[in-house]
Amino acid sequence: MITDGARQDEGPVLAIKDLRIQIGGIDVVDGVSLSASRGRILAIVGESGCGKSLTALSILRLLPKAAKIVDGRVELDGGDLAHLPEKDLEDIRGNKASIIFQEPIASLNPLMRVGAQVEEALRLHRGLSRAEAWREAVAMLASVGIPDPERRAKQYPFELSGGMCQRVMIAAALICRPRLLIADEPTTALDVTIQAQILDLMKRLRDEVGTSIIIITHDMGVVAEMADDVAVMYGGRVVEQGPVDTIFAAPAHPYTHLLLTTVPRLDGHRKSSLRTIEGIVPSVDQWPQGCRFRSRCPLATDVCAQRPPLDPVDAAGHDAACWHTDRLMELA
Amino acid sequence: MTEPASPLLSVRDLKVHFPVRGSEGGVVKAVDGISFNIPFGRTVALVGESGCGKSTTAYGIIGLEQITSGSIRFDGNEISHLDKRARHDLATAIQIVFQDPSAALNPKMTIGDSIGEPLAIQGWRKEERRRRVSELLDRVGLPATYTERTPNALSGGQRQRVVIARALALSPKLLVLDEPVSALDVSIRSQILNLLMELQKELGLSYLFISHDLSVVRHLADEVVVMYLGTVVEQGETGALFEAPQHPYTQALISAIPLPDPRAQRARERIILKGDLPSPLNPPVGCPFVGRCPIRIDPCSTIRPSLQPAASDTLAACLVRAPAPLAA
Repeated sequence: MITDGARQDEGPVLAIKDLRIQIGGIDVVDGVSLSASRGRILAIVGESGCGKSLTALSILRLLPKAAKIVDGRVELDGGDLAHLPEKDLEDIRGNKASIIFQEPIASLNPLMRVGAQVEEALRLHRGLSRAEAWREAVAMLASVGIPDPERRAKQYPFELSGGMCQRVMIAAALICRPRLLIADEPTTALDVTIQAQILDLMKRLRDEVGTSIIIITHDMGVVAEMADDVAVMYGGRVVEQGPVDTIFAAPAHPYTHLLLTTVPRLDGHRKSSLRTIEGIVPSVDQWPQGCRFRSRCPLATDVCAQRPPLDPVDAAGHDAACWHTDRLMELA
Repeated sequence: MTEPASPLLSVRDLKVHFPVRGSEGGVVKAVDGISFNIPFGRTVALVGESGCGKSTTAYGIIGLEQITSGSIRFDGNEISHLDKRARHDLATAIQIVFQDPSAALNPKMTIGDSIGEPLAIQGWRKEERRRRVSELLDRVGLPATYTERTPNALSGGQRQRVVIARALALSPKLLVLDEPVSALDVSIRSQILNLLMELQKELGLSYLFISHDLSVVRHLADEVVVMYLGTVVEQGETGALFEAPQHPYTQALISAIPLPDPRAQRARERIILKGDLPSPLNPPVGCPFVGRCPIRIDPCSTIRPSLQPAASDTLAACLVRAPAPLAA
């Protein structure tokens, strides 16, 4: 059972410990440990295939059939979700922890009025009457910034824009005031002006409801905008983690450093040759032994054939998994 | 080298309207009067959010979409109403690169055959084709051994290199680049952007660059055309447009991009627009942006602004920021 009460305000809301997920015998998530604290936003950042989405999906045990959790714990308020019977998970999903996805229109039921989709969790978890639940759903739609919520609640997803559908998803995800919201690339499919609205909304709700948020993204701009804490993933592992300001001002892992300097910036030198990360993102069956970034890393040496531990680099809760953190200035 | 006086591509008052089927009928003005030039060797970017008409503009230019009216001059010749034969010939001079390289390559064809296909269509012999294909692979930074591979053996970035090689096969003058790096991993994008910049320099190519990513646009483009609901709200030289955008939509668009720098981002004054894009079926009568505009005045809901010189050398369609001069 998940325990409520005193311990909630101590310790992290979510703690993932040494999580290993396999697909076809390959460790696609390999010893990931993360934690999310109350009222804070943790960004998990990385490229396709780095394991960020699998990690997020595993929290509520929503992994695709081929993927199996083979080791580790996923603790929500101290209780382990990784080994909870499926039946008990139903009490958690949409109640204590919710998830929203990249494609809001694909995530909503096209045959159900949006208001009914928002109130569903309330009726399921709180046992509210239809009228009460509907009233709360409409209020929630209003608070996520949907104009004319009474009318909109009676509409179907196809009648709403992508940005509005994502608001509906957020309303449905937050209606039970969960302890944890997992947002998997929540704005990637949206236009930038709509993205700005949605990110702003998520931060506001975090402040009002105190929900911890885990946001999965590949966009360093979104990380900078949203995160309190950052975990950078590569090749199924966390390669660096720490407070957002530290990660951006003094990245300790060469991958983080390169990722931050490779994209064109709004204040960069126009038409200049951009910094590149050599090679390609290797597929999971082609990850090198030891440090998985070493095939693309300009600092790699023989020692990198050994797996580097995720060790502290300074006092501020900043860790990196690299044998050469002291040589990072060579990349400047 | 002095630049030729006339641009490579000149688009004047281009309109692409789509009739709407169904009881209500009506017309969607996907592109409603857009004009710009692309000089030789330069890059012009079309930017804006989904549904703004940027891709439709490009498709109209290359003949993938029937245009409603307007003029498109390429290398001095009107190309807006070509017959099939002339359009076929024009394909040697204008090529397009799409967003998703996986969808743009036939999975059953070898890389060599894909790149060689436009050459085969133009009647090149096998031996010449083979030589040109290996030259092209080298040019886009892929080993010659890749000719025998199929796309599934390649990464996304490599596939986009193949698509670019194929587009270059017939030595075009203009490349239309429709979100060429959006589908690629972040760590791969700069490789492709560098390649595009190098190719432009070496081959003197002109680019029509379509993107929603303003950081990329600022880096590559010489001139930017900002579109909203089928119309141009602002256009001008890239430096000026980014340094001092005049139209409130351009300002909001630039301000909406989160900077990859948490301290700077927190210190930044941001404009968060309210509401969504209006339906293209039922656009506002006056300024298309009026419903979301933070600086609108009464006339904006009835008068459609035309592009006028604004401060900082851009053209803006805004009654507040770039009022039309009073008639003399």
